[in-house]
Amino acid sequence: MATAHSRIAARFMLAPAVLMLLCWMIVPLAMTIYFSFLRYNLLMPGMEQWAGFDNYSYFLTDPAFFTALKNTLLLVGGVLLITVIGGTLLALLLDQAMYGQGFVRIMVIAPFFVMPTVSALVWKNMFMNPVNGLFAYMAKAVGLQPFDFLSQAPLASIILIVAWQWLPFAALILLTAMQSLDREQMEAAEMDGAGTFSRFIYIVVPHLTRAVTVVILIQTIFLLSVFAEILVTTNGGPGNASTNITYLVYAQSLLQFDVGGGSAGGIVAVILANIVAIFLMRMIGKNLEA
Amino acid sequence: MKNFVRALLGASALCAAMSPALAETLTIATVNNGDMIRMQKLTDDFKAKNPDIDLEWVTLEENVLRQKVTTDIATKGGQFDVMTIGTYEVPIWGKQGWLVSLNDLPASYDVDDLLPAIRGGLTVDGNLYAAPFYGESSMVMYRKDLMEKAGLEMPDAPTWDFIKEAAAKMTDKDAEIYGICLRGKAGWGENMAFLTAAANSFGAKWFDMDWKPQFDGEAWKNTLSFYVDMMNASGPPGASNNGFNENLALFQQGKCGMWIDATVAASFVTNPADSKVADQVGFALAPDNGLGKRGNWLWAWSLGIPAGSQKVDSAKKFVAWATSKDYLALVAEKEGWANVPPGTRTSLYENPEYAKIPFAKMTIDSINAADPTKPTVDEVPYTGVQFVAIPEFQGLGTAVGQQFSAALAGTTSVDEALANAQNLATREMTKAGYIK
Amino acid sequence: MARAVSTRHKTIVTILAWSIGFLIFFPILWTVLTSFKTEAEAVASPPSFLNFSWTLENYTEVQSRSNYARHFYNSVVISVGSTLLGLLIAIPAAWSMAFVPTRRTKDILMWMLSTKMLPPVGVLIPIYLIFRDTGLLDSVPGLVVVLTLINLPIIVWMLYTYFKEIPGEILEAARMDGATLWSEIIHVLTPMAVPGIASTLLLNIILAWNEAFWTLNLTAANAAPLTAFIASYSSPEGLFYAKLSAASTMAIAPILIMGWFSQKQLVRGLTFGAVK
Repeated sequence: MATAHSRIAARFMLAPAVLMLLCWMIVPLAMTIYFSFLRYNLLMPGMEQWAGFDNYSYFLTDPAFFTALKNTLLLVGGVLLITVIGGTLLALLLDQAMYGQGFVRIMVIAPFFVMPTVSALVWKNMFMNPVNGLFAYMAKAVGLQPFDFLSQAPLASIILIVAWQWLPFAALILLTAMQSLDREQMEAAEMDGAGTFSRFIYIVVPHLTRAVTVVILIQTIFLLSVFAEILVTTNGGPGNASTNITYLVYAQSLLQFDVGGGSAGGIVAVILANIVAIFLMRMIGKNLEA
Repeated sequence: MKNFVRALLGASALCAAMSPALAETLTIATVNNGDMIRMQKLTDDFKAKNPDIDLEWVTLEENVLRQKVTTDIATKGGQFDVMTIGTYEVPIWGKQGWLVSLNDLPASYDVDDLLPAIRGGLTVDGNLYAAPFYGESSMVMYRKDLMEKAGLEMPDAPTWDFIKEAAAKMTDKDAEIYGICLRGKAGWGENMAFLTAAANSFGAKWFDMDWKPQFDGEAWKNTLSFYVDMMNASGPPGASNNGFNENLALFQQGKCGMWIDATVAASFVTNPADSKVADQVGFALAPDNGLGKRGNWLWAWSLGIPAGSQKVDSAKKFVAWATSKDYLALVAEKEGWANVPPGTRTSLYENPEYAKIPFAKMTIDSINAADPTKPTVDEVPYTGVQFVAIPEFQGLGTAVGQQFSAALAGTTSVDEALANAQNLATREMTKAGYIK
Repeated sequence: MARAVSTRHKTIVTILAWSIGFLIFFPILWTVLTSFKTEAEAVASPPSFLNFSWTLENYTEVQSRSNYARHFYNSVVISVGSTLLGLLIAIPAAWSMAFVPTRRTKDILMWMLSTKMLPPVGVLIPIYLIFRDTGLLDSVPGLVVVLTLINLPIIVWMLYTYFKEIPGEILEAARMDGATLWSEIIHVLTPMAVPGIASTLLLNIILAWNEAFWTLNLTAANAAPLTAFIASYSSPEGLFYAKLSAASTMAIAPILIMGWFSQKQLVRGLTFGAVK
């Protein structure tokens, strides 16, 4: 259908978005790359000097770097696992006929609207605190020793908090996908004697693949830069148990105001994020083909 | 739709530009602690005296505030006319010439009335670069009833050994009473504020005169193993994530026997509206080891004016008002003496009315016991009691804090944590060029 | 739904769904309840659920301390403004990618998404310097531009997947009737895509409303939205849970109510074209 005329017009229409994003990406990126080769601390102006790859070698040889890399992947992977599985189950449930479906749905969506700092504070102090928290209270009520979430399992606790925020998103996308499922096909399968479980495996799951892909892709983008939740709950500790790459970059650029080191860290984070993205594309990208 | 967007953008730009043209508007960045909030509510008094100056408040949580004002002043962004900063920032910024000197405040301000320890921390090369709004140190807050039950009596100036013994005797874990509550959450202003100050009294220091980190020394080992042992035996669960607020909540619930923390906490724990144990709280100086230094810190939230501000004269008027004797009297009159911002002026502690406040004497004694210009037993190249006043400290302090919180949580040993801290610090100091 | 469902089954499902929904919602409910407690009750142990003395003092305190109306106004202008501006740029781009695809279309789309991976903490200083030099610090237009750029990739992608589902023949028919490119987009395509555009709009308003890094770091007094309002209630010195809860409730409520009324549209938009 595309004529030469419309093809040119199409370029023009694409142009603003591409150009704006290009500027948004190129200008700060170029500045960041430039800064990453400088010894440049914001608090000591006039001392900037060429540093070569020093900033990179310091960032990459930071003893916390590999722990942080591992934590980043665990955090992304853990939250994805919980939200995809939990989201599917939730979607299956919400897809059934029930009373007050709209109300249940709004209760389920609600965590998505809460700002990360607030949810982290609420979880840390009102739920997970081993002395005053609700979980401790419930444990004591049944005669158990309260579990010290943020000290004994800091990363898992943060995964739980983040997963709570993203579960609604996954559940809703999967629910929408489920609602578009061909009912007749399901009924036909039921008549043929397929059990609930095999119907789920052979009809529902394949139908959901695309939606799951979308959930994974969008969430990964946001989860790679999780940071407020860590700052509020554990400050990356104890040890480096809950430090991720973004937190390391934060420590460089906004605690030390080491613009050089922070920029190098930022560039490393971008490269890692893109590696993850390419990997994801390879694995699931074909599901996105329209 | 296009027009609508344009209208929307236009309208918002208009609103932004609509600040009154007649009066000069000062934008004041401040931290959201109780005393500042109170000041915000008392601005009518300032307005009455200075009808041509409008005040615009930006009140933020401490970490966000620090991040914002530092970025702004270092890039000369010019968003603020008055900034609330602490004793950590003032020496660093003052040295850079980023702050307006306040040496020319009017005589009525009586700058000699400022407490010497606090004033010293805010002065660089003879220039006062920020005016203290309130000052604090740290001290021991304890439960008189529990102390009595344990058969002990708290001296005014306890030793660490006494604290440890008392903590063990007061602890009754079945009744959820923990002898000692201390900060454990990683962070340069969290666990490291306490530990650095405590380490001073153990004879430890961050760096020697060649800026070489000292975590491999005996003194730090004593400090950290003492802290970890005492907290394991007599501290609350989850201590490695407790900061000021978590401990405050525990103490107010009656779950702590002793708590060593900021002197400002005294007014919270003795306030019957919030605290179950308000009438049972006693105070003592932070402990020592007989080495000549006590384990208490010194901090002052202060008002500074960024160099290059177009409104220096109005800003000075405001700073002088907010940190004046008259302001203290104004708060006393409206809210009572207990709510006066503490720790800045000698005259306040000479006031017989103020002396009736139970924690007044211990606060001033604690402040006087700290010396930011000579914080440690041995000579060191840095200033600052619970911090090292160099730009690298925030990041380094937090990284070391993570190691120490791991030692407290039991995920690493004390020796391992110290070895890691030593490596980290050596790396950072080499990178920053202190170690050649 | 063609299938008849037994009442018993429906009751069981209802109970199950309500319990799970309640569990997920509980932390928010707890925040709202806490906002009506005193600071001492907020950290009391054992915690009280409903049998505490209800008080409005936190709300009065919040009201007297901050200019909620201005923060609210800024939040609305920034989130709505950036979303509309984003749509304005994204609709032609998505149209072009959906109907005149080239070999590079998918790459461009992926590249756009990858711009979202730049960690904000690493590029704050460069952006701050640019904003200072252009006078955009603490201005609503400046934030509108930043949030537009941040969310543009998601907007383009959502619209792209929507447009792809519109059969090309319809556009061709319009063209046969002599429609120009613009009238084709405005009169034929846009009406068909209204549900998709609506849900894109809603999702982006939510994302922009909750964006807490740039809105906090690039504003001072004039342009600060509700995220900055929240940041003044979590305090490292002194108890703050009840006041924070009150402030949070006030910050979440508008977007929650909006979500409530528009959940049908929202849910449809969240498909990202994932439904086939």
